[in-house]
Amino acid sequence: MYRILQTLLITLCLLVSAHVTGPRAADDLGALVSALGTAKLAELDDRIGALAKSGDPRVIPVLEALGEGNLYARKTDGGVFLTTEKGASLVLVDPLTGSAIGEAPKGELQKIKVNNAVRRAVRSALGGLTLFSADTGARLKAAQSMRQTPNADALEAIEAALAAEKDATVRKTLDEARAVTLLVSDRPDDDKRAAIKTLAESGGREALGVLTSALSSADASLKPDIEAALQRIEQAQVFWNAGQNVWYGLSLGSVLLLAAIGLAITFGVMGIINMAHGEMVMLGAYTTFLVQDVIRTSYPALFDWSLAIALPLAFLVTGVIGLAIERSVIRFLYGRPLETLLATWGISLILQQAVRSIFGPTNREVGNPSWMAGAFDVGGLTITWNRLWIIVFALAVFAALLFLLKRTSMGLRMRAVTQNRRMASSMGIRTPFVDALTFALGSGIAGMAGVALSQIDNVSPNLGQGYIIDSFMVVVFGGVGNLWGTLVGAFSLGILNKFLEPYAGAVLGKILVLVLIILFIQKKPRGLFALKGRAVEA
Amino acid sequence: MITSFLLKSLDRSIIAVVAILLGLAIAVPALNLLTAPDHPLHVPTYLVSLFGKYLTYALLALALDLVWGFCGILSLGHAAFFALGGYAMGMYLMRQIGARGSYGNPLLPDFMVFLNWKELPWFWQGFDMFWFAALMVVLVPGLLAFVFGWFAFRSRVNGVYLSIITQAMTYALLLAFFRNDMGFGGNNGLTDFKDILGFNIQAAGTRAALFAASALTLAICLVLTTAIVRSKYGKVLVAVRDAESRTRFLGYRVEHIKLFAFTVSAMMAGIAGALYVPQVGIINPGEFEPGNSIEVVIWTAVGGRGTLIGPIVGAILVNGGKSIFTAAFPEFWLFALGGLFVLVTLFLPKGVVGTASAYLARRKAHRRAADAERARDTLVAEPMAAE
Repeated sequence: MYRILQTLLITLCLLVSAHVTGPRAADDLGALVSALGTAKLAELDDRIGALAKSGDPRVIPVLEALGEGNLYARKTDGGVFLTTEKGASLVLVDPLTGSAIGEAPKGELQKIKVNNAVRRAVRSALGGLTLFSADTGARLKAAQSMRQTPNADALEAIEAALAAEKDATVRKTLDEARAVTLLVSDRPDDDKRAAIKTLAESGGREALGVLTSALSSADASLKPDIEAALQRIEQAQVFWNAGQNVWYGLSLGSVLLLAAIGLAITFGVMGIINMAHGEMVMLGAYTTFLVQDVIRTSYPALFDWSLAIALPLAFLVTGVIGLAIERSVIRFLYGRPLETLLATWGISLILQQAVRSIFGPTNREVGNPSWMAGAFDVGGLTITWNRLWIIVFALAVFAALLFLLKRTSMGLRMRAVTQNRRMASSMGIRTPFVDALTFALGSGIAGMAGVALSQIDNVSPNLGQGYIIDSFMVVVFGGVGNLWGTLVGAFSLGILNKFLEPYAGAVLGKILVLVLIILFIQKKPRGLFALKGRAVEA
Repeated sequence: MITSFLLKSLDRSIIAVVAILLGLAIAVPALNLLTAPDHPLHVPTYLVSLFGKYLTYALLALALDLVWGFCGILSLGHAAFFALGGYAMGMYLMRQIGARGSYGNPLLPDFMVFLNWKELPWFWQGFDMFWFAALMVVLVPGLLAFVFGWFAFRSRVNGVYLSIITQAMTYALLLAFFRNDMGFGGNNGLTDFKDILGFNIQAAGTRAALFAASALTLAICLVLTTAIVRSKYGKVLVAVRDAESRTRFLGYRVEHIKLFAFTVSAMMAGIAGALYVPQVGIINPGEFEPGNSIEVVIWTAVGGRGTLIGPIVGAILVNGGKSIFTAAFPEFWLFALGGLFVLVTLFLPKGVVGTASAYLARRKAHRRAADAERARDTLVAEPMAAE
């Protein structure tokens, strides 16, 4: 419906311009358009080319209608019309002037049949025509489509457009489109050589495809050039693939870091094997769900702010739950790490079942705010915004935590208590108070991680289970009691995982990583960055 | 010599439990097979299998207790040894199906035909013979535990770290067994068993025999672990648990002592798995879930770690509770189990059996003290009377 309206609108505009251009041009175009009606399928290609060459913007709706199968020829006189369906009859519109002709029963008209080859020709012809559009986006799109489906006929149009183009991005795409098109045209070899060079510089999968197909049909004199260009592109692709792997690795690493960083506090600093850590992440994700739910029903305009609202709330909710757990269970178990494992495992079962009873066992929908959706390209890399934000967020949380531990008096007390509880106590530090706050802090950070992870994972009662083992691996691998170790551990495990994946597959890659960690712990039982001194044996 | 070694170690409570197990091994199958279904003492076949399953769990908990209760190694990978033993038995049972599978292939199990495999992989060779499968039930978990333990104990990975890497081990195995390429039936595991040693696996008689075998094996393993724990080696084991460094300084090879206990324990877990599979009728990668291993720990903790009867009692109590609870209030089972974890660690660190025996010992000591008091009173009183 929208398309039809648009077509009508354009035709209406053209009606005005038709008066300006005068009757002569209209007659020529009219002949070209009517020729569409009499053409056989095989001839349509040429007729479309002829229409496109005219460069007249009035051709656009005709070609669009042809591609969509809305162009009909009248059986009696061969007149060609744009049509819209209305019951058993068709509403006829003059293709060039856009004036309404009236209605006619379907039987009187014959559809101008098109196949995929014709549709392709229509698309590239339209691409050529929109190369001159006033809208930069439309021009870029047209140039991209010309680059994708090279058509020798469009070469002159592209060159004309290139000469007139001001926008740098469009110019670059046009340049590549010209090179691609040049290769399939009958221009001299020197021009083609230059085109090959342009393509080799631009790189990418498309250039690779074009050059490979050109290789089979090209002259012997051009072949070495093409081969050299192919090699160059392939090398560039190997480089970009490695870059992509690093990026995926960083992304996975940031997820691991987020999941593990709270654990680095509760397990790494306090020595509590907190099996309920994953459930704190899960509760954070459910807090996000609740916040979005309220926003959706009551304040839809705030949706883009939902994560910003959910973050402090999740921190508070999980922090308070963590505080309650510490006060009611964990404080009786200090110094007995294996017992904390059992008790917190029990707590995790209770929390999971509670969430399952309240929210149901199925996945809950958590939406992405608009600033987290979409992606952009850097060279040969595609970077999605949500992954990028999660990396930024993970690093920000890490930095904030590091600051808190190393630069504030609270952090100083926390470190004092973990390093030597009795000495800290005799210096007047209220150790139970510090313990409770530290555990609440670790839990709260896990909840904030849950807000971020709700953006890329399914929000279900089992969310936390998926992260708990990985988180422990990261903390143990990085070295207990050392935040930097957690950072390095998370990113190196993430990148290692993503580099193994192409060779071993996702599951086997993960198994290999686990085996490597087990072997690594044999070699360095205290992780990458081990704490030294008496604190270790305590 | 071995007999005296075994006999010396038995005290009254162990003898009582062994006697109960042997009695059950005879009584339950007899009540199942010899009484009419409407007889008040009749035990239905499904209950026989259910109790049989509890006994294999009890054996698994006993195995864990040997390393956790007496050596201080909290293994979070015992479900893996259990599952490996189960898979070895499952492979034997798969081979016994023969041409009766839905594809009728005499050599290949159904899932291999389905995956379009042409021949039996090398690691499935020999599993058509029971003795070979039985050997593998013990060897595969034992070997894994030996290699794993050898590396881990040699480099002095202990405490929390050991728990976490055993958990990583079972998680890696879980992921591996989920893969179809591994050749163990992938996600679905091994199932649809037909016979064991030529007997129909569904028949009441076979079920009763499997129950008796489970009870008997548990009794034998209980005697064996008691013997280990009461021997001189067992004393050193406890010394390692309580003061590892001091034991090392006294000249003991701590890693060898730990390794022996760990390997024996894994073998026992493997046997438990092998008895479990024919009674349940399926083995799949879900058995490797890290959560399962942790659940074994709670059975042991509920019963009482460091007491050999405790894990048996704990496994039966918790699983019995699970069967009743999940039938009556399925929503609340996880609440109950979670609460159990918390309450036992907080208030019952010695477990049911440990607490009970501590209470009994205290009462005995109290009575003895009272007796001594009375004796002294009379001693004191008599001379006074003589005066």
